[in-house]
Amino acid sequence: MKLYAVCVYLFLYIPIGIIALFSFNAGRHASQMQGFSVKWYGKTLSNPFVMDALENSLIVAFTSALCASVFGTMAAVALQGIKGPMRTAFDMLIYIAVMIPGIVIGIATLIGLVTVFDQLNPLLAALWPEGFTPPKLRMGMGSLIAAHTMFLMALVVIIVRARLAGMDRSLIEASSDLYAAPMGTFRQITLPMIFPAILAGFLLSFTFSFDDFIIAFFVAGSETTLPIYVFSSIRRGVTPEINAIGTMVLGVSLLLLITAQLLLQRGGHKSR
Amino acid sequence: MTKRTRNWLLLAPAGAWFLVMLIIPLTVVFIFSFGERAPSGGVVLAFSFEQYSNLPARWTAFKNTMTLAPIGTLLALLIAYPLAYFLAVKVSPKWKIILLVLVIVPFWTSILIRSYAWIFLLGGRGIPALLDMIGIEGVRLINTPFAVLVGIIYGYLPLMVFPIFVSLDKLDKRLLEASSDLGAKSWQTFLQITLPMSIPGIATGCMLVFILLMGEYLIPAMLGGGKVFFVGNALVDLFLQSRNWAYGSAVAVTLVVVMLITVTVYMRLISRLDASREDVSIM
Repeated sequence: MKLYAVCVYLFLYIPIGIIALFSFNAGRHASQMQGFSVKWYGKTLSNPFVMDALENSLIVAFTSALCASVFGTMAAVALQGIKGPMRTAFDMLIYIAVMIPGIVIGIATLIGLVTVFDQLNPLLAALWPEGFTPPKLRMGMGSLIAAHTMFLMALVVIIVRARLAGMDRSLIEASSDLYAAPMGTFRQITLPMIFPAILAGFLLSFTFSFDDFIIAFFVAGSETTLPIYVFSSIRRGVTPEINAIGTMVLGVSLLLLITAQLLLQRGGHKSR
Repeated sequence: MTKRTRNWLLLAPAGAWFLVMLIIPLTVVFIFSFGERAPSGGVVLAFSFEQYSNLPARWTAFKNTMTLAPIGTLLALLIAYPLAYFLAVKVSPKWKIILLVLVIVPFWTSILIRSYAWIFLLGGRGIPALLDMIGIEGVRLINTPFAVLVGIIYGYLPLMVFPIFVSLDKLDKRLLEASSDLGAKSWQTFLQITLPMSIPGIATGCMLVFILLMGEYLIPAMLGGGKVFFVGNALVDLFLQSRNWAYGSAVAVTLVVVMLITVTVYMRLISRLDASREDVSIM
Protein backbone atom coordinates (compact mmCIF):
# COMPACT_ATOMS: atom_id res chain seq x y z
CA MET A 1 0.00 0.00 0.00
CA LYS A 2 2.76 2.38 0.96
CA LEU A 3 4.76 1.37 -2.09
CA TYR A 4 1.74 2.04 -4.29
CA ALA A 5 1.33 5.53 -2.81
CA VAL A 6 5.01 6.25 -3.41
CA CYS A 7 4.59 5.19 -7.04
CA VAL A 8 1.62 7.51 -7.55
CA TYR A 9 3.52 10.44 -6.02
CA LEU A 10 6.46 9.65 -8.30
CA PHE A 11 4.07 9.57 -11.27
CA LEU A 12 2.71 12.98 -10.25
CA TYR A 13 6.01 14.68 -9.60
CA ILE A 14 8.64 13.09 -11.88
CA PRO A 15 7.39 14.82 -15.07
CA ILE A 16 7.39 18.19 -13.32
CA GLY A 17 10.81 17.41 -11.86
CA ILE A 18 12.23 16.55 -15.26
CA ILE A 19 11.03 19.84 -16.72
CA ALA A 20 12.67 21.68 -13.84
CA LEU A 21 15.88 19.66 -14.22
CA PHE A 22 16.16 20.28 -17.95
CA SER A 23 15.55 23.98 -17.53
CA PHE A 24 19.04 24.10 -16.01
CA ASN A 25 20.53 22.36 -19.02
CA ALA A 26 23.67 24.00 -20.39
CA GLY A 27 23.31 22.44 -23.84
CA ARG A 28 21.03 23.70 -26.54
CA HIS A 29 19.19 20.39 -27.00
CA ALA A 30 16.00 20.10 -25.04
CA SER A 31 16.40 16.43 -24.25
CA GLN A 32 20.08 15.91 -23.56
CA MET A 33 21.52 17.07 -20.27
CA GLN A 34 24.88 18.75 -20.85
CA GLY A 35 25.99 20.40 -17.65
CA PHE A 36 24.31 22.84 -15.30
CA SER A 37 23.55 26.45 -16.18
CA VAL A 38 20.96 29.13 -15.62
CA LYS A 39 21.48 30.66 -19.05
CA TRP A 40 18.02 29.68 -20.32
CA TYR A 41 16.47 31.68 -17.53
CA GLY A 42 18.55 34.67 -18.61
CA LYS A 43 17.55 34.18 -22.24
CA THR A 44 13.89 33.78 -21.33
CA LEU A 45 13.82 36.86 -19.13
CA SER A 46 15.44 38.97 -21.83
CA ASN A 47 13.10 37.74 -24.59
CA PRO A 48 10.77 40.70 -25.31
CA PHE A 49 7.97 38.40 -26.56
CA VAL A 50 8.00 36.42 -23.32
CA MET A 51 8.09 39.54 -21.19
CA ASP A 52 5.25 41.09 -23.17
CA ALA A 53 3.11 37.95 -22.79
CA LEU A 54 3.99 37.77 -19.08
CA GLU A 55 2.95 41.39 -18.58
CA ASN A 56 -0.38 40.76 -20.32
CA SER A 57 -0.99 37.63 -18.25
CA LEU A 58 -0.24 39.45 -15.00
CA ILE A 59 -2.52 42.38 -15.88
CA VAL A 60 -5.39 40.06 -16.87
CA ALA A 61 -4.94 37.78 -13.84
CA PHE A 62 -4.73 40.65 -11.35
CA THR A 63 -7.64 42.67 -12.76
CA SER A 64 -10.01 39.74 -13.23
CA ALA A 65 -9.17 38.20 -9.84
CA LEU A 66 -9.76 41.58 -8.18
CA CYS A 67 -13.11 42.22 -9.94
CA ALA A 68 -14.21 38.63 -9.29
CA SER A 69 -13.33 38.86 -5.58
CA VAL A 70 -15.18 42.14 -5.07
CA PHE A 71 -18.35 41.33 -7.07
CA GLY A 72 -18.34 37.68 -6.06
CA THR A 73 -18.14 38.53 -2.35
CA MET A 74 -20.90 41.13 -2.72
CA ALA A 75 -23.12 38.53 -4.38
CA ALA A 76 -22.28 35.85 -1.81
CA VAL A 77 -23.17 38.17 1.08
CA ALA A 78 -26.45 39.19 -0.55
CA LEU A 79 -27.36 35.60 -1.41
CA GLN A 80 -26.99 34.73 2.25
CA GLY A 81 -29.92 37.01 3.04
CA ILE A 82 -32.42 36.24 0.28
CA LYS A 83 -34.66 33.39 -0.75
CA GLY A 84 -37.10 32.82 -3.56
CA PRO A 85 -36.77 33.12 -7.35
CA MET A 86 -33.82 35.55 -7.27
CA ARG A 87 -31.75 33.07 -5.32
CA THR A 88 -32.74 30.17 -7.55
CA ALA A 89 -31.80 32.26 -10.59
CA PHE A 90 -28.35 33.00 -9.17
CA ASP A 91 -27.79 29.38 -8.18
CA MET A 92 -28.61 28.46 -11.77
CA LEU A 93 -26.20 31.07 -13.17
CA ILE A 94 -23.36 29.83 -10.99
CA TYR A 95 -24.14 26.23 -11.90
CA ILE A 96 -24.13 27.07 -15.62
CA ALA A 97 -20.88 29.06 -15.34
CA VAL A 98 -19.14 26.13 -13.66
CA MET A 99 -20.71 23.32 -15.71
CA ILE A 100 -20.32 24.64 -19.26
CA PRO A 101 -16.90 23.55 -20.62
CA GLY A 102 -14.29 26.31 -20.83
CA ILE A 103 -14.05 25.86 -24.57
CA VAL A 104 -17.76 26.59 -25.02
CA ILE A 105 -17.45 29.67 -22.79
CA GLY A 106 -14.56 30.82 -24.99
CA ILE A 107 -16.51 30.28 -28.21
CA ALA A 108 -19.68 31.88 -26.87
CA THR A 109 -17.77 34.94 -25.65
CA LEU A 110 -15.99 35.25 -28.98
CA ILE A 111 -19.02 35.13 -31.24
CA GLY A 112 -21.30 36.89 -28.75
CA LEU A 113 -18.98 39.87 -28.35
CA VAL A 114 -18.00 40.04 -32.03
CA THR A 115 -21.70 40.12 -32.96
CA VAL A 116 -22.45 42.84 -30.39
CA PHE A 117 -19.38 44.86 -31.41
CA ASP A 118 -20.40 44.66 -35.08
CA GLN A 119 -23.68 46.32 -34.13
CA LEU A 120 -22.16 48.89 -31.80
CA ASN A 121 -19.18 50.06 -33.87
CA PRO A 122 -21.20 51.75 -36.69
CA LEU A 123 -23.39 53.29 -34.01
CA LEU A 124 -20.38 54.70 -32.18
CA ALA A 125 -18.94 55.98 -35.44
CA ALA A 126 -22.22 57.74 -36.23
CA LEU A 127 -22.48 59.30 -32.77
CA TRP A 128 -18.89 60.47 -32.60
CA PRO A 129 -18.24 64.14 -33.43
CA GLU A 130 -16.74 64.64 -36.86
CA GLY A 131 -13.00 65.02 -37.17
CA PHE A 132 -12.26 62.62 -34.32
CA THR A 133 -11.48 58.95 -34.84
CA PRO A 134 -14.28 57.01 -33.20
CA PRO A 135 -13.27 54.26 -30.76
CA LYS A 136 -13.48 50.77 -32.19
CA LEU A 137 -14.56 47.95 -29.91
CA ARG A 138 -12.62 44.77 -30.55
CA MET A 139 -11.45 41.59 -28.89
CA GLY A 140 -8.40 41.99 -26.68
CA MET A 141 -7.35 42.43 -23.07
CA GLY A 142 -10.71 43.95 -22.13
CA SER A 143 -12.77 41.06 -23.44
CA LEU A 144 -10.39 38.55 -21.86
CA ILE A 145 -10.62 40.23 -18.45
CA ALA A 146 -14.42 40.32 -18.72
CA ALA A 147 -14.61 36.61 -19.64
CA HIS A 148 -12.26 35.53 -16.85
CA THR A 149 -14.09 37.70 -14.31
CA MET A 150 -17.40 36.05 -15.21
CA PHE A 151 -16.09 32.54 -14.59
CA LEU A 152 -14.03 33.46 -11.51
CA MET A 153 -16.97 35.29 -9.90
CA ALA A 154 -18.77 31.93 -9.78
CA LEU A 155 -15.72 30.41 -8.09
CA VAL A 156 -15.47 33.22 -5.50
CA VAL A 157 -19.20 33.01 -4.72
CA ILE A 158 -18.84 29.27 -4.04
CA ILE A 159 -15.81 29.71 -1.76
CA VAL A 160 -17.14 32.72 0.19
CA ARG A 161 -20.57 31.15 0.58
CA ALA A 162 -19.05 28.00 2.07
CA ARG A 163 -17.29 30.24 4.60
CA LEU A 164 -20.45 32.25 5.37
CA ALA A 165 -22.41 29.05 5.89
CA GLY A 166 -19.84 27.85 8.44
CA MET A 167 -19.95 31.15 10.31
CA ASP A 168 -21.38 31.59 13.77
CA ARG A 169 -24.64 33.49 13.17
CA SER A 170 -25.01 34.38 16.83
CA LEU A 171 -22.26 37.01 16.56
CA ILE A 172 -24.16 38.84 13.83
CA GLU A 173 -27.40 38.62 15.80
CA ALA A 174 -25.65 39.89 18.93
CA SER A 175 -24.20 42.78 16.98
CA SER A 176 -27.58 43.87 15.64
CA ASP A 177 -29.21 43.33 19.06
CA LEU A 178 -26.68 45.81 20.38
CA TYR A 179 -27.96 48.31 17.78
CA ALA A 180 -24.97 48.20 15.44
CA ALA A 181 -25.79 49.55 11.99
CA PRO A 182 -25.84 46.82 9.30
CA MET A 183 -22.75 48.33 7.70
CA GLY A 184 -20.99 48.36 11.09
CA THR A 185 -21.83 44.70 11.67
CA PHE A 186 -20.53 43.88 8.21
CA ARG A 187 -17.26 45.77 8.67
CA GLN A 188 -16.52 44.61 12.19
CA ILE A 189 -17.90 41.07 12.28
CA THR A 190 -18.65 39.56 8.88
CA LEU A 191 -15.76 40.94 6.85
CA PRO A 192 -12.96 39.91 9.25
CA MET A 193 -14.45 36.43 9.44
CA ILE A 194 -14.79 35.87 5.71
CA PHE A 195 -11.61 37.73 4.77
CA PRO A 196 -9.39 34.59 4.63
CA ALA A 197 -11.89 33.02 2.24
CA ILE A 198 -11.96 36.15 0.05
CA LEU A 199 -8.17 36.24 -0.08
CA ALA A 200 -7.99 32.53 -0.86
CA GLY A 201 -10.61 33.07 -3.57
CA PHE A 202 -8.51 35.90 -4.98
CA LEU A 203 -5.35 33.76 -5.06
CA LEU A 204 -7.11 30.78 -6.65
CA SER A 205 -8.70 33.11 -9.20
CA PHE A 206 -5.34 34.67 -9.97
CA THR A 207 -3.76 31.26 -10.50
CA PHE A 208 -6.64 30.11 -12.65
CA SER A 209 -6.61 33.18 -14.86
CA PHE A 210 -2.82 33.14 -15.12
CA ASP A 211 -2.82 29.48 -16.23
CA ASP A 212 -5.90 29.61 -18.46
CA PHE A 213 -5.25 28.77 -22.06
CA ILE A 214 -8.53 27.78 -23.69
CA ILE A 215 -10.67 30.86 -22.94
CA ALA A 216 -7.79 33.19 -23.78
CA PHE A 217 -7.17 31.31 -27.03
CA PHE A 218 -10.59 32.40 -28.30
CA VAL A 219 -11.11 35.70 -26.55
CA ALA A 220 -7.73 37.47 -26.46
CA GLY A 221 -7.92 38.71 -30.07
CA SER A 222 -4.43 39.59 -31.26
CA GLU A 223 -3.01 39.84 -27.74
CA THR A 224 -0.70 37.11 -26.43
CA THR A 225 -0.76 35.76 -22.90
CA LEU A 226 1.95 33.53 -21.46
CA PRO A 227 0.04 30.23 -21.97
CA ILE A 228 -0.74 31.24 -25.58
CA TYR A 229 2.94 32.02 -26.14
CA VAL A 230 4.01 28.68 -24.61
CA PHE A 231 1.42 26.77 -26.66
CA SER A 232 2.55 28.28 -29.93
CA SER A 233 6.24 27.73 -29.14
CA ILE A 234 5.54 24.06 -28.32
CA ARG A 235 3.91 23.84 -31.75
CA ARG A 236 7.17 25.08 -33.24
CA GLY A 237 9.23 22.50 -31.33
CA VAL A 238 10.49 21.69 -27.86
CA THR A 239 13.15 24.12 -26.61
CA PRO A 240 14.91 24.61 -23.28
CA GLU A 241 13.27 28.02 -23.09
CA ILE A 242 9.86 26.39 -22.58
CA ASN A 243 11.35 24.35 -19.72
CA ALA A 244 12.53 27.55 -18.04
CA ILE A 245 9.16 29.30 -18.49
CA GLY A 246 7.35 26.16 -17.29
CA THR A 247 9.49 25.89 -14.17
CA MET A 248 8.92 29.54 -13.29
CA VAL A 249 5.16 29.30 -13.90
CA LEU A 250 4.90 26.15 -11.77
CA GLY A 251 7.00 27.76 -9.05
CA VAL A 252 4.79 30.85 -8.86
CA SER A 253 1.56 28.79 -8.90
CA LEU A 254 2.85 26.54 -6.12
CA LEU A 255 3.69 29.56 -3.98
CA LEU A 256 0.23 31.13 -4.46
CA LEU A 257 -1.54 27.80 -3.86
CA ILE A 258 0.26 27.06 -0.64
CA THR A 259 -0.59 30.58 0.57
CA ALA A 260 -4.26 30.07 -0.34
CA GLN A 261 -4.29 26.70 1.41
CA LEU A 262 -2.78 28.14 4.59
CA LEU A 263 -5.31 30.99 4.56
CA LEU A 264 -8.27 28.65 4.19
CA GLN A 265 -7.00 26.46 7.00
CA ARG A 266 -6.21 29.29 9.39
CA GLY A 267 -9.58 30.84 8.64
CA GLY A 268 -11.18 27.51 9.40
CA HIS A 269 -9.54 27.23 12.81
CA LYS A 270 -10.37 30.77 13.89
CA SER A 271 -14.10 30.31 13.56
CA ARG A 272 -14.24 27.16 15.67
CA MET B 1 -32.06 51.84 2.62
CA THR B 2 -34.06 48.71 3.19
CA LYS B 3 -32.45 45.31 3.41
CA ARG B 4 -34.12 44.34 0.16
CA THR B 5 -32.69 47.29 -1.80
CA ARG B 6 -29.28 46.61 -0.33
CA ASN B 7 -29.31 42.98 -1.43
CA TRP B 8 -30.41 43.98 -4.92
CA LEU B 9 -27.58 46.52 -5.15
CA LEU B 10 -25.07 43.91 -3.96
CA LEU B 11 -26.26 41.43 -6.56
CA ALA B 12 -26.47 43.92 -9.44
CA PRO B 13 -22.83 43.87 -10.68
CA ALA B 14 -22.55 40.06 -10.61
CA GLY B 15 -25.99 39.68 -12.18
CA ALA B 16 -25.25 42.13 -14.99
CA TRP B 17 -21.89 40.50 -15.60
CA PHE B 18 -23.41 37.01 -15.86
CA LEU B 19 -26.08 38.37 -18.20
CA VAL B 20 -23.66 40.08 -20.60
CA MET B 21 -20.79 37.58 -20.49
CA LEU B 22 -22.66 34.29 -20.06
CA ILE B 23 -26.36 34.34 -20.94
CA ILE B 24 -26.21 36.60 -24.01
CA PRO B 25 -23.19 34.79 -25.55
CA LEU B 26 -24.72 31.35 -24.95
CA THR B 27 -27.97 32.54 -26.50
CA VAL B 28 -26.07 33.81 -29.56
CA VAL B 29 -24.44 30.37 -29.95
CA PHE B 30 -27.84 28.73 -29.70
CA ILE B 31 -29.39 31.08 -32.30
CA PHE B 32 -26.41 30.78 -34.68
CA SER B 33 -26.62 26.99 -34.58
CA PHE B 34 -29.89 27.25 -36.57
CA GLY B 35 -28.38 29.72 -39.04
CA GLU B 36 -26.60 29.31 -42.34
CA ARG B 37 -23.06 30.11 -43.30
CA ALA B 38 -22.73 33.45 -45.05
CA PRO B 39 -20.41 33.63 -48.09
CA SER B 40 -18.37 36.31 -46.25
CA GLY B 41 -17.70 33.95 -43.34
CA GLY B 42 -20.37 35.22 -40.98
CA VAL B 43 -23.75 33.75 -40.20
CA VAL B 44 -27.08 34.36 -41.94
CA LEU B 45 -29.84 33.97 -39.41
CA ALA B 46 -32.38 31.34 -40.36
CA PHE B 47 -34.34 28.55 -38.84
CA SER B 48 -32.85 25.49 -40.43
CA PHE B 49 -31.55 22.24 -39.09
CA GLU B 50 -28.98 22.06 -41.85
CA GLN B 51 -26.05 22.42 -39.46
CA TYR B 52 -27.38 19.71 -37.20
CA SER B 53 -27.94 17.34 -40.10
CA ASN B 54 -24.27 17.81 -41.02
CA LEU B 55 -23.10 16.65 -37.60
CA PRO B 56 -22.09 13.14 -38.81
CA ALA B 57 -19.21 14.84 -40.68
CA ARG B 58 -17.59 15.30 -37.24
CA TRP B 59 -18.58 11.87 -35.99
CA THR B 60 -14.96 10.78 -35.30
CA ALA B 61 -14.48 13.65 -32.84
CA PHE B 62 -17.64 12.70 -30.95
CA LYS B 63 -16.73 9.02 -31.04
CA ASN B 64 -13.22 9.67 -29.68
CA THR B 65 -14.59 11.91 -26.92
CA MET B 66 -17.31 9.47 -25.92
CA THR B 67 -14.88 6.54 -25.77
CA LEU B 68 -11.68 8.08 -24.38
CA ALA B 69 -13.43 10.30 -21.81
CA PRO B 70 -15.17 7.36 -20.03
CA ILE B 71 -12.08 5.12 -20.32
CA GLY B 72 -9.89 7.93 -18.94
CA THR B 73 -12.35 8.53 -16.10
CA LEU B 74 -12.41 4.82 -15.23
CA LEU B 75 -8.61 4.49 -15.28
CA ALA B 76 -8.26 7.60 -13.13
CA LEU B 77 -10.74 6.08 -10.66
CA LEU B 78 -8.86 2.76 -10.53
CA ILE B 79 -5.58 4.54 -9.84
CA ALA B 80 -7.03 7.14 -7.47
CA TYR B 81 -9.07 4.84 -5.25
CA PRO B 82 -6.23 2.93 -3.54
CA LEU B 83 -4.37 6.19 -2.96
CA ALA B 84 -7.44 7.90 -1.47
CA TYR B 85 -8.01 4.83 0.71
CA PHE B 86 -4.40 4.87 1.86
CA LEU B 87 -4.56 8.59 2.73
CA ALA B 88 -7.90 8.34 4.54
CA VAL B 89 -7.46 5.10 6.45
CA LYS B 90 -3.79 4.26 6.80
CA VAL B 91 -1.94 7.56 7.20
CA SER B 92 -1.50 9.29 10.57
CA PRO B 93 -3.45 12.58 10.95
CA LYS B 94 -0.22 14.55 11.03
CA TRP B 95 0.81 13.49 7.52
CA LYS B 96 -2.69 13.29 6.09
CA ILE B 97 -3.09 16.97 5.20
CA ILE B 98 0.41 17.36 3.81
CA LEU B 99 0.09 14.28 1.60
CA LEU B 100 -3.37 15.32 0.45
CA VAL B 101 -2.21 18.83 -0.46
CA LEU B 102 0.66 17.25 -2.41
CA VAL B 103 -1.90 15.39 -4.51
CA ILE B 104 -4.19 18.36 -5.12
CA VAL B 105 -1.61 21.05 -5.84
CA PRO B 106 -0.69 19.80 -9.35
CA PHE B 107 -4.32 20.16 -10.40
CA TRP B 108 -4.20 23.89 -9.82
CA THR B 109 -1.00 24.37 -11.80
CA SER B 110 -0.88 24.87 -15.54
CA ILE B 111 -2.28 21.84 -17.42
CA LEU B 112 -0.44 23.18 -20.45
CA ILE B 113 2.97 22.81 -18.80
CA ARG B 114 2.03 19.45 -17.32
CA SER B 115 0.95 18.06 -20.70
CA TYR B 116 4.10 19.49 -22.22
CA ALA B 117 6.10 17.41 -19.72
CA TRP B 118 4.60 14.31 -21.31
CA ILE B 119 5.44 15.42 -24.86
CA PHE B 120 8.94 15.48 -23.50
CA LEU B 121 8.71 12.06 -21.81
CA LEU B 122 6.77 10.17 -24.48
CA GLY B 123 8.48 11.83 -27.45
CA GLY B 124 11.22 10.17 -29.51
CA ARG B 125 13.99 11.00 -27.06
CA GLY B 126 12.11 10.15 -23.88
CA ILE B 127 10.79 6.74 -22.87
CA PRO B 128 11.06 5.23 -26.40
CA ALA B 129 14.80 6.05 -26.36
CA LEU B 130 15.15 4.28 -23.00
CA LEU B 131 13.28 1.26 -24.32
CA ASP B 132 15.59 1.30 -27.31
CA MET B 133 18.58 0.94 -25.00
CA ILE B 134 17.20 -2.22 -23.40
CA GLY B 135 16.50 -3.71 -26.80
CA ILE B 136 12.85 -2.88 -27.41
CA GLU B 137 12.92 -0.95 -30.63
CA GLY B 138 10.51 1.03 -32.72
CA VAL B 139 8.02 1.89 -29.95
CA ARG B 140 5.98 4.95 -30.80
CA LEU B 141 4.10 6.47 -27.88
CA ILE B 142 3.39 10.11 -28.72
CA ASN B 143 0.32 10.89 -30.88
CA THR B 144 -1.47 7.68 -29.90
CA PRO B 145 -4.63 7.11 -27.83
CA PHE B 146 -2.27 5.76 -25.14
CA ALA B 147 -0.47 9.11 -24.90
CA VAL B 148 -3.78 10.95 -24.63
CA LEU B 149 -4.92 8.59 -21.86
CA VAL B 150 -1.66 9.11 -19.95
CA GLY B 151 -2.17 12.86 -20.25
CA ILE B 152 -5.78 12.55 -19.05
CA ILE B 153 -4.85 10.45 -16.01
CA TYR B 154 -1.95 12.74 -15.19
CA GLY B 155 -4.09 15.84 -15.52
CA TYR B 156 -7.19 14.70 -13.64
CA LEU B 157 -5.96 12.22 -11.03
CA PRO B 158 -5.94 14.87 -8.26
CA LEU B 159 -9.56 15.76 -8.96
CA MET B 160 -10.53 12.11 -8.55
CA VAL B 161 -8.53 11.51 -5.35
CA PHE B 162 -9.99 14.45 -3.44
CA PRO B 163 -13.73 13.61 -3.27
CA ILE B 164 -13.03 9.90 -2.64
CA PHE B 165 -10.68 10.88 0.16
CA VAL B 166 -13.37 13.14 1.67
CA SER B 167 -15.98 10.37 1.71
CA LEU B 168 -13.55 7.76 3.10
CA ASP B 169 -12.24 10.17 5.71
CA LYS B 170 -15.75 10.63 7.11
CA LEU B 171 -16.03 6.88 7.56
CA ASP B 172 -16.02 5.90 11.23
CA LYS B 173 -12.89 3.76 11.64
CA ARG B 174 -14.54 1.89 14.51
CA LEU B 175 -16.87 0.30 11.97
CA LEU B 176 -13.86 -1.30 10.30
CA GLU B 177 -12.55 -2.54 13.65
CA ALA B 178 -15.96 -3.91 14.61
CA SER B 179 -16.18 -5.71 11.31
CA SER B 180 -12.83 -7.42 11.74
CA ASP B 181 -13.55 -8.19 15.43
CA LEU B 182 -16.67 -9.98 14.27
CA GLY B 183 -14.51 -12.17 12.12
CA ALA B 184 -14.97 -10.58 8.68
CA LYS B 185 -12.05 -10.99 6.34
CA SER B 186 -10.50 -7.76 5.16
CA TRP B 187 -11.97 -8.06 1.65
CA GLN B 188 -15.42 -8.64 3.18
CA THR B 189 -15.05 -5.51 5.29
CA PHE B 190 -14.00 -3.61 2.18
CA LEU B 191 -16.88 -4.82 0.01
CA GLN B 192 -19.57 -4.45 2.68
CA ILE B 193 -18.51 -1.29 4.50
CA THR B 194 -15.76 0.73 2.90
CA LEU B 195 -16.84 0.57 -0.74
CA PRO B 196 -20.55 1.38 -0.18
CA MET B 197 -19.61 4.28 2.09
CA SER B 198 -17.35 5.78 -0.56
CA ILE B 199 -19.87 5.70 -3.39
CA PRO B 200 -20.79 9.41 -3.07
CA GLY B 201 -17.09 10.28 -3.39
CA ILE B 202 -16.64 8.01 -6.40
CA ALA B 203 -19.74 9.51 -8.02
CA THR B 204 -18.57 13.10 -7.48
CA GLY B 205 -15.04 12.39 -8.66
CA CYS B 206 -16.15 10.56 -11.81
CA MET B 207 -18.62 13.29 -12.68
CA LEU B 208 -16.12 16.13 -12.24
CA VAL B 209 -13.47 14.38 -14.33
CA PHE B 210 -15.95 13.31 -17.00
CA ILE B 211 -17.44 16.80 -17.38
CA LEU B 212 -14.01 18.35 -17.78
CA LEU B 213 -12.92 15.66 -20.25
CA MET B 214 -15.94 16.22 -22.49
CA GLY B 215 -14.69 19.74 -23.24
CA GLU B 216 -11.00 18.85 -23.33
CA TYR B 217 -8.85 20.45 -26.00
CA LEU B 218 -5.28 20.78 -24.77
CA ILE B 219 -4.43 17.15 -23.94
CA PRO B 220 -5.48 15.69 -27.31
CA ALA B 221 -3.99 18.70 -29.11
CA MET B 222 -0.62 18.22 -27.44
CA LEU B 223 -0.38 14.44 -27.03
CA GLY B 224 -2.67 13.26 -29.84
CA GLY B 225 -0.94 15.33 -32.51
CA GLY B 226 -3.96 15.66 -34.82
CA LYS B 227 -4.46 11.88 -34.92
CA VAL B 228 -6.47 11.54 -31.73
CA PHE B 229 -8.86 14.47 -31.50
CA PHE B 230 -11.83 15.37 -29.33
CA VAL B 231 -14.88 17.57 -29.95
CA GLY B 232 -12.87 20.42 -28.45
CA ASN B 233 -10.30 20.12 -31.23
CA ALA B 234 -13.06 20.09 -33.84
CA LEU B 235 -14.46 23.28 -32.28
CA VAL B 236 -11.10 25.08 -32.41
CA ASP B 237 -10.78 24.05 -36.04
CA LEU B 238 -14.29 25.26 -36.91
CA PHE B 239 -14.03 28.61 -35.13
CA LEU B 240 -10.40 29.61 -35.54
CA GLN B 241 -9.34 27.94 -38.80
CA SER B 242 -12.27 27.31 -41.15
CA ARG B 243 -14.42 30.01 -39.51
CA ASN B 244 -17.67 28.18 -39.96
CA TRP B 245 -19.56 29.75 -37.07
CA ALA B 246 -22.99 28.30 -37.79
CA TYR B 247 -21.75 24.72 -38.01
CA GLY B 248 -19.38 25.25 -35.07
CA SER B 249 -22.28 26.55 -32.97
CA ALA B 250 -24.30 23.42 -33.77
CA VAL B 251 -21.35 21.25 -32.69
CA ALA B 252 -20.99 23.26 -29.46
CA VAL B 253 -24.72 23.03 -28.65
CA THR B 254 -24.63 19.27 -29.33
CA LEU B 255 -21.63 18.87 -27.02
CA VAL B 256 -23.43 20.68 -24.17
CA VAL B 257 -26.66 18.71 -24.74
CA VAL B 258 -24.83 15.36 -24.82
CA MET B 259 -23.02 16.39 -21.65
CA LEU B 260 -26.23 17.39 -19.85
CA ILE B 261 -27.99 14.16 -20.86
CA THR B 262 -25.06 12.00 -19.75
CA VAL B 263 -24.79 13.81 -16.42
CA THR B 264 -28.55 13.61 -15.76
CA VAL B 265 -28.72 9.89 -16.57
CA TYR B 266 -25.63 9.31 -14.48
CA MET B 267 -27.04 11.21 -11.48
CA ARG B 268 -30.27 9.20 -11.71
CA LEU B 269 -28.32 5.95 -11.69
CA ILE B 270 -26.19 7.01 -8.76
CA SER B 271 -29.09 8.20 -6.62
CA ARG B 272 -30.87 4.92 -7.29
CA LEU B 273 -27.71 3.07 -6.31
CA ASP B 274 -27.35 5.01 -3.12
CA ALA B 275 -30.63 6.43 -1.88
CA SER B 276 -29.09 8.15 1.12
CA ARG B 277 -26.55 10.00 -0.96
CA GLU B 278 -24.82 12.93 0.71
CA ASP B 279 -23.34 15.83 -1.16
CA VAL B 280 -19.60 16.01 -1.26
CA SER B 281 -18.05 19.40 -1.74
CA ILE B 282 -15.75 19.97 -4.68
CA MET B 283 -12.87 21.62 -2.90
